Amino acid sequence: MINRALYARRRVANSAFIVLSISAAIFGLIWLAFILGSLLSQGVAALSPSLFTESTPPPGSEGGLANAILGSVAMSVLAVVVGTPIGLFAGTYLAEYGKHTRFAFVVRFVNDILLSAPSIVTGLFIYEIIVVPMGHFSGWAGAASLAVIVIPVVVRTTENMLLLVPHTLREAATALGAPMSFVIRSVTWKAAQAGIVTGVLLAVARISGETAPLLFTALNNQFMSLKFNGPMASLPVVIFQYALSPYEDWHRLAWAGALLVTATVLTLSIIARLLENKQRN
Amino acid sequence: MADIALTDETALTARAQTTRRAGAGDARFHFFTWLAALVVLLIFAGVITSLVIGSVPAFKAFGLGFVTTEIWSPARERFGALASIYGTLITSLLAMIVAVPVGIGIAIFLTELCPRMLRRPIGIAIELLAGIPSIIYGIWGLFVFAPWFQEHVQLPVIDATAGIPVLGTLFGGSPYGIGVITAALILSIMILPFISAVTRDVFETVPTMLKEATYGLGCTTWEVMWRVVLPFSRTGVVGGAMLALGRALGETMAVTFVIGNAHKIDSSLFAPGTTISATIANEFTEATSEIYTSSLISLGLILFFITFIVLACAQLMLRRLERQSGK
Repeated sequence: MINRALYARRRVANSAFIVLSISAAIFGLIWLAFILGSLLSQGVAALSPSLFTESTPPPGSEGGLANAILGSVAMSVLAVVVGTPIGLFAGTYLAEYGKHTRFAFVVRFVNDILLSAPSIVTGLFIYEIIVVPMGHFSGWAGAASLAVIVIPVVVRTTENMLLLVPHTLREAATALGAPMSFVIRSVTWKAAQAGIVTGVLLAVARISGETAPLLFTALNNQFMSLKFNGPMASLPVVIFQYALSPYEDWHRLAWAGALLVTATVLTLSIIARLLENKQRN
Repeated sequence: MADIALTDETALTARAQTTRRAGAGDARFHFFTWLAALVVLLIFAGVITSLVIGSVPAFKAFGLGFVTTEIWSPARERFGALASIYGTLITSLLAMIVAVPVGIGIAIFLTELCPRMLRRPIGIAIELLAGIPSIIYGIWGLFVFAPWFQEHVQLPVIDATAGIPVLGTLFGGSPYGIGVITAALILSIMILPFISAVTRDVFETVPTMLKEATYGLGCTTWEVMWRVVLPFSRTGVVGGAMLALGRALGETMAVTFVIGNAHKIDSSLFAPGTTISATIANEFTEATSEIYTSSLISLGLILFFITFIVLACAQLMLRRLERQSGK
C-alpha cells in the first residue's frame, strides 16, 4: 500500500528545501553584486589621470593618490622581498625535511594560526618591537608588519605545492647521485615553480588591501616619500582616513582608492588561480 | 670506465672532495630551511611575548577587573575591556547566525542544484570575493549600506516594535544607521564567501557513490543532504565555520567604519558600540599615556587569546577531516 500522505510530505519538504537554498544563493550573490556595483559606479566616477600624478590634497583642493600608491608599492615590495625567502624555506622544510616530526607539526599548526590571526594584533607586535625602540613610525615598521602576513601565506602554499610533486621525480634525481639539497633546488622547486609563484601572488593580494597593522606602524604621510625611515603613506590607510573625514572630495578619492585596491587584488587572484590550475594539471 | 676511475688516485680524491662539499652544502641547506621554520615559531612567540609585556601596566593597575569593567575613560585614565569584548562577541555571533545558514545554502546550491554550466563561474566568483580586502566592505558599509539600512529597515522596525516588551528593547533607540547590527550584517556578508567556499570543498569530499546510493534508494535531494552529506561532512563544516568565526572576531576595518565606536553596552542592537579591534584601530595612535597604550595592548592580548582558541579548534577539526579523507 502506498502511503500518499508520506509521499506528499517528503515532496513538500524537498521543495521547501530547494527553494530555501536557491534563495540563500540569490540572497548572498545579490549583496556581493551590490558591493561590486557601488564600488564600480562610485570608483569609476572618481577616476582621473591626476590620481597617479598628484599627492593627497588638503581638504577642498584638487589632488591624487600618487604618494599613497608609491608608499603601498614600496612597502609591499620590501615585505615580499623579505617574506618570500623565509616562507619558501620554511615551506620547503615542512614538505621535504620535517614531514611528520613533532617540530614540523608545531610549525605547521602555528603557521596556520598566524595565517588567520587578526592582522591588527600582529601589527601591535611590530609596534612593540620596531616602532617603540625607534621612537617613531616608519616605512620599515610598515613593511615588517606586512612581511609577517606574507610569511604564513607563502609557507602554506609552498608546502602544499611541493607535496604535489611526484615522489618518483625526487627518487630519479637522487638515484643519479644528486645530493638532497640539489634535488630540492633544481628538481622539486622547479617542478613546483608555478605553484610557488601562486603563493607569492596570493600573499601580495592579501597585503595590498591590508589596513589595520599599517595604522600604527607606517602611519601616513601627506607627501611623496620613499624614506623608509619616516612615516609612509599607503592606499588602505588613506582610504580609511579619507572615508571617515567630513569632506566630499576626500570621499571621492577614497572611492577611487578602493576601486584601485579591488582591481589589483582581483587581478592578482585571477592570475594566481590560473597558475595554480597549471600546477595541478 | 669504473676501472679507470678506481685506479686513478687523483680522480678518487677529487671525487671524495666533491662528495664532501656536496654533503656540507646539503647540511647547510637543511639548516637554513630549519632556521626559516624556526622564524615562524619565533614570530608567534614574539607576538605573545610582546602583547603580554605590553599589557602588564594595565593589568597591574586594574587587575582582573579590567576584563569585567565597562567604563572606558581616557580622560580619567580608567579603562575596562567589557564593552569591547561584548561588542566583539555579539557582532561575531550575529554575523554567524546570518552567514552560516546562507553560506551552507550557497554550498548546497553549488554542489547539488546549480546547472553544470553555471557551477564553475559562480564558484570562482565566490572564491574571488573571499579575497576582497575588508576595507572595501567597510567603505561600502559606511556610504551605501548604513544609509539604506537606516531608512528602510531601522525606521520601520523601531516603529513596529515600540512598546512590545523584549523586541522593543532589542530594537529600540534612534535610527543612526551605524551600530552593532549594521556591523554584524557587514561582517556576515564578508565571511559569507569564505564559509561557502570551505563548505563546498568539504561537500565535494563526500564520495559520489554514497550520494548515488542514497538517491538510488529513492531519497529526495533534501534527504540526501540532511541524512548523508551533512553527517558525513559535519566536522569539516563546523571547522570551516570556526575558521570564519576566527576571521569575524579579529576583523577590523569592515567593523570600524560602521560600529560607531561607543564604549557602552546597550540593550538595543541598533545602538552604536565597539569591538576590540575597532577600539585599537581608532584609538591607538591617539593614546598618549602609558596606561592608555597598555590598556589597548591588553585588549589585543584578549583578542589574540580568543581567536587562538577558536582557530586552534578549527585547525584540529579540519586536520582530522584531512586524515579521514586520506590525504
